Amino acid sequence: MNIALLLEMAAQAGPDRVGLVCDGKRWTYGELDKAARGASELIRASGASHVALLDESSEAAVIALFGAALAGVPYCPLNYRLADADLGALLERIAPALVIGDVARVERLAEGQGHTAYPRSEFTLASLEAVADELAEHDPGLGTAIQLFTSGTTAAPKAALLAHSNLVSYILGTVEFGSADEDEATLVSVPPYHIAGIAALASSIYAQRRIVLLPAFAPEDWLKLVDAEKVTNAFVVPTMLGRIILALEKGVQADIASLRAIAYGGGKMPLEMIRQALDLFPTTAFTNAYGLTETSSTIALLGPDEHRAAHRSDDPKVQARLASVGIPLPTVELEIRDEDGRVLPPGQAGEIYVRGDQVSGQYKEKSALDAEGWFPTRDAGYLDEDGYLFLAGRADDVIVRGGENISPGEIEDLLLTHPAISDVAAVAVPSLEWGEAVGIAVVVRGGFDQPSENELKEMVRARLRSSRVPELVRYFPTLPYNEMGKLLRREVKALLAA
Amino acid sequence: MKPGSRIKSAACASEAVVIKYSGGTIECGGVPMAENAAGDGTPAAGFDGGTVMGKRYIDADGTVELLCVKPGKGSFALNGVALVLKEAKPLPASD
Repeated sequence: MNIALLLEMAAQAGPDRVGLVCDGKRWTYGELDKAARGASELIRASGASHVALLDESSEAAVIALFGAALAGVPYCPLNYRLADADLGALLERIAPALVIGDVARVERLAEGQGHTAYPRSEFTLASLEAVADELAEHDPGLGTAIQLFTSGTTAAPKAALLAHSNLVSYILGTVEFGSADEDEATLVSVPPYHIAGIAALASSIYAQRRIVLLPAFAPEDWLKLVDAEKVTNAFVVPTMLGRIILALEKGVQADIASLRAIAYGGGKMPLEMIRQALDLFPTTAFTNAYGLTETSSTIALLGPDEHRAAHRSDDPKVQARLASVGIPLPTVELEIRDEDGRVLPPGQAGEIYVRGDQVSGQYKEKSALDAEGWFPTRDAGYLDEDGYLFLAGRADDVIVRGGENISPGEIEDLLLTHPAISDVAAVAVPSLEWGEAVGIAVVVRGGFDQPSENELKEMVRARLRSSRVPELVRYFPTLPYNEMGKLLRREVKALLAA
Repeated sequence: MKPGSRIKSAACASEAVVIKYSGGTIECGGVPMAENAAGDGTPAAGFDGGTVMGKRYIDADGTVELLCVKPGKGSFALNGVALVLKEAKPLPASD
């Protein structure tokens, strides 16, 4: 089934209902559907092999996503924050593409590659005007709907492919059609080239929940938009939530009483922050979502009631769940395996494997699925005895000291309880004696004296094991994060090696 | 009847997308559905419960699954046996 049917159904059930708001302009489902049909004509006529978005979030993301789907061409939103050389290389890999957004940059970086480039406003206008025969034969949706380049910090970015069937399975399995009331609106502030940004569009359209786009996140703008559009739902990454809390504490004036639900994901949520948020928004429903590009977004979630129960509980086991990513979706299978592929019992950490219709695991270059269709996520984690999933970093981040596997998370979680430490990262540093040893990059909290190296080493020795004691301790004003709030561990390693 | 294909009722306005299929005759309102069928008649008794937009319908053995993309007065069946609503556990919005 073609994912474009999701928009078509929303338009059929409520053609005049507002589906999207961006920069003050409102788009009905009928208009979005019409524009997507027109866009598919433009795309077909261009002979493009991919449709790329090189732009911030706007209505063009919806029109391009579904227009590409109707035309049977993969939609490939690009990270406009990439350096010229990297972006040029990606454009070459998807040539000839119909590119929407920064035309000047396409011309400068990819001249002669055969792309057709449109500025955003021209694309939407041309799409609305393109003759779209209602009976035009559309792509049956048996192929690739979306191609997303992974961030590729070590090698060339991989092109992850999501089939129509993956995304449709995810939406049909997790969203009830037309389930949103007329007054519901969801605020989307994640970039359009991130799987969470794409899934948010598809889920909200199928639920008929009005999408309110915030193209460039700033906490004050986010709060004002919640107020102005009476937003009921929002998805944020943890760093965004932290900045929103800070803005509220600074006294930014906004009526956010309409906000019923906040979902978060995309990076590790500090325990202190979610506790603070639960207190600050006592009636808001919080949902923690865990997923990957290769799994069409969410595969496990911790729901609102579980958040409140864990926050209130005196039982350490229940309390601990606030740091989990909840229970796997009923529509996916999930296992923890050791390095030899053996399935591990509850409580033991290993690599997270997942299988299900929404799981792609396909790259343009190769399939990552094993013979039985399981996808190795490269995320480390464990399940507790009640089936709650806890993440323990990327499998590649494990520090191997003299043959012993050390998860950076346990060291970081401990050190974060030190009042003078506001942020910390533990990474592998070269060691003559052990091969690898623990190095830590520490950010001292404002107003506190810098804790000594020895104090921190002693803290780890007393609470964990001697193998966890950092061999190298260094202090930095901040740690490097990407725009989604993900710690860039490779850059931390470079900082410690310098 | 390939998965992904869109089929129409010959008895009412219902349309469905085939999500899963492994054999048999898919009917609506008591008559077979087809990609180019058109329906403005009356669904047969017993197959006139109506279809609901956005709902999924399955048989007891899980061999067929349809997604209703346009509602109508008939109801879906496989080889004369009515399909049932596929109940999905509601999940909180996560993205």
